[in-house]
Amino acid sequence: MAYMTDRKRATGRGAAGSGTEHFWHMTVTSVALVILTPLFVFVVGPAIGKPYADVALHFANPFNAIVTALMLVVGFNHFRHGAQTAIEDYSDGLTRKALVLATICISYAAMATGLFALARLAL
Amino acid sequence: MPDVNRGKRPLSPFMLGPYYRLQITSVSSILTRITGLAMLVAALLIVWWLLAASAGPEAFERADGVLTSWIIDIVMTLSVLALWYHALAGLRHLYWDTGRGLEVATAERLGIAAMVGSVILTLITILLV
Repeated sequence: MAYMTDRKRATGRGAAGSGTEHFWHMTVTSVALVILTPLFVFVVGPAIGKPYADVALHFANPFNAIVTALMLVVGFNHFRHGAQTAIEDYSDGLTRKALVLATICISYAAMATGLFALARLAL
Repeated sequence: MPDVNRGKRPLSPFMLGPYYRLQITSVSSILTRITGLAMLVAALLIVWWLLAASAGPEAFERADGVLTSWIIDIVMTLSVLALWYHALAGLRHLYWDTGRGLEVATAERLGIAAMVGSVILTLITILLV
């Protein structure tokens, strides 16, 4: 490490300092969502509007619960990074930082809440 | 040359209309962003509905009442349209990322396809779900 020049340390990391990590993350979650989205629409969709007993039974099914859990984790992660790009395009300074922080908090809070609810329903 | 107008330049979405003519490519691009952000509302509603279901019948009745109300029904239907549009536009981006389909005519055709496709998929979803 002591022999690394500043130039060498910066190469390939770009203005954000994290290289193509953000872009790659969006690619990975996009591909996952191509599969998860139709599954989610046709797994969770029919349950919305059903009475309590049916909904409870619906998420007791392992496949339904796992698809929903994956959608929560991957979906909110995809949202977090996508919304960050939008925020960074239209705002700067403290506003930008506050909005990105709020997005991260909302995404993880919603993800955790959804997973907690699923666990209680499924188990 | 130093940028003397730093910070006061018009930003991309506000360039549409007054400065740039609306095109299939720019409209389909901004729609991808709008649909992606707008889906947060439906996502939070579904999370709330899941939490209510896990809390018990009384809490569920409240959430179910809201989710089946006509106004939220409209929100959810529009969100399904947004979801399918965003998914198809995302597929277009994955295709573009391979270096293909970047010619203007192809890009415009893909944009129209995403718009028409999302309406068709929404109708199928309404019929099946």
